[in-house]
Amino acid sequence: MKLLLKNREMLLVVAIAALVALIALRFPPFVTPGNLANVYNDTSILIILALGQMAVILTRCIDLSMAANLALSGMVAAMINAAMPGLPIPLVILTAMALGAILGSINGLLVWKLDIPPIVVTLGTLTIYRGLIFLLSGGAWINAHQMSDAFKALPRAAVLGFPLLSWLSLVIIGIMVVVMRRTPLGRAFFAVGGNPHAAVYTGIDVGRTRFFAYCLSGTLAGLSGYLWVSRYAVAYVDIAAGFELDIIAACVIGGISIAGGIGSVGGALLGALFLGVIKNALPVINISPFAQMAISGMVIIIAVAVNARAEKRKGRVILRKAEAVHG
Amino acid sequence: MAETQMVARHIPDRLEGRGARLVKSWETLLVAVALAIFLVNSLASPYFLDPWNLSDATFNFTEKAMIAFAMALVIISGEIDLSVASIIALTSTAMGYAVQLGFDTPALVMVGLATGLLCGAFNGLLVTGLGLPSIVVTIGTMSLFRGLSFVILGDKAFTGYPESFSWFGQGYVWWVFSFELCLFVVLAVIYGVVLHRTSFGRTVYAIGNNQTAALFSGVRVGRVKFVLFLLTGLMAAIASICLTARLGSTRPSIAMGWELEVVTMVVLGGVNILGGSGTIPGVVLAALIMGMVTFGFGLLNVPGIVMSIFIGLLLISVIALPILYRRFRGRRSH
Repeated sequence: MKLLLKNREMLLVVAIAALVALIALRFPPFVTPGNLANVYNDTSILIILALGQMAVILTRCIDLSMAANLALSGMVAAMINAAMPGLPIPLVILTAMALGAILGSINGLLVWKLDIPPIVVTLGTLTIYRGLIFLLSGGAWINAHQMSDAFKALPRAAVLGFPLLSWLSLVIIGIMVVVMRRTPLGRAFFAVGGNPHAAVYTGIDVGRTRFFAYCLSGTLAGLSGYLWVSRYAVAYVDIAAGFELDIIAACVIGGISIAGGIGSVGGALLGALFLGVIKNALPVINISPFAQMAISGMVIIIAVAVNARAEKRKGRVILRKAEAVHG
Repeated sequence: MAETQMVARHIPDRLEGRGARLVKSWETLLVAVALAIFLVNSLASPYFLDPWNLSDATFNFTEKAMIAFAMALVIISGEIDLSVASIIALTSTAMGYAVQLGFDTPALVMVGLATGLLCGAFNGLLVTGLGLPSIVVTIGTMSLFRGLSFVILGDKAFTGYPESFSWFGQGYVWWVFSFELCLFVVLAVIYGVVLHRTSFGRTVYAIGNNQTAALFSGVRVGRVKFVLFLLTGLMAAIASICLTARLGSTRPSIAMGWELEVVTMVVLGGVNILGGSGTIPGVVLAALIMGMVTFGFGLLNVPGIVMSIFIGLLLISVIALPILYRRFRGRRSH
């Protein structure tokens, strides 16, 4: 039991299972396989975004511009589709991903080459990217009837009984597991966040690693932009407004340390799922939609408190009090 | 963000060397920017220089700047408070609820201030008591406080504030000088004195520069940080009183997104986001700049969201330029 509680991922699995069981008590149909698959599908975009944010947070940075990046890439994808309905959808998706990567690399370059604190950079680009959407679209909406059927159908297309959106998120989870565990870049993310100075001495370029983390989060945000716009079949300036904090919350609940260096793909996945289950279950068990924000806020605080306790490392006796203040 | 202690400060608050003759300090740079925007505004529209017009322009920044003063102290101490806009919402909701119960103006103000202080105390307790990172705590309380307002209000709005209450947002102390503007000036002076002339201010810098060193030199780090979070709560409550009185109604979406604008204002004012440096005059200038930009774009009929592009660019460039300048100068001297 003690071992179980020490493993953050196991703790989260237990918490999610307990949550689902509680919901099942009040509303049994929630736990049917079909509905759980729906909940997963609903959470897919958040999972993809949380994985990108995870890479950035691991390197001791933060990306507040992800939701704005998503909105801009999504808007561009929708506009391309509306202007040229004949263009193959994979090409549109690649364009959205490329745009997302470019927007992410702007963040990365500013952090890498100019040494501006990440929170300032992404706070700035967050407002700039949102403003650009307005300049591009003139504040107009792109509605379902302006998008081609193929554009809207792709994330919904069923493969082996599951929507493509779910499969896509599973593929990305797989890729991220390989990247984080089996590639030098993945290890570099951990090394840079764990101790930047030690990373330098082992031959890792800290700035460049952070740049790649931002490129990764940008690419995933671009992809999510297409997925979001096609799934909800509408694009406007304010889509996913405030979602950047949901993404960070998913990471934090998943045990990814905001101080960098600690975290895992499984953690980000479970953190996102935890939020997804809550968001999907509250309306079902007749909790007013107005209370949802308050409840997710409470959940974030509790999760952070639990995680922080697990994260405390033993220091030398003389420094214990100092470290208690550091958190 | 935990590397603050080890990595050199990124943002210079003073430029050194030969450039010092040209640009003496961050504040001088901000004054130049402010004057330039003022000039552009007055050339762009003949109505800009009208005193009543200028007075109206102050409403664009006074409420945010009140919070920015306290936020500056929090950020200098190495923490951040992202829940301020939600505290405004919850405070406004509490006052709206009190109005429905028939409270009068003095009682309303008390309810507002108490709510803000409670929210601040909650943040402070979580950060100092449990030792949690403030950026995460306040992301949580941001949804929590705003969520509570939604729970209480639903999709309704509270109105019916007493006539005397609206004075806080609409009243004028003398000629064109509104109550809000006067409060802004008074608070600027108080915060300037507290940060730059008292030992409390020095401990705030000390904590931001090296928390462990501050702890071992006898600074009660936890207590100081708790007070700082109380202060942001209090200032958010005061801003909420002004804003609610000005609008005359409470909606759960009130002051949405303000937290980022307040942080932008503080950083633009030259406060190091990693803690340890920054000044109140800088924040005052940044507030003036942001207020004038908003107003100038309004005069030119530029939509608000386009203005935000400008603020974003201003934020990044104003921090990037001194770094580029120093790098350029460094290369030439070799």
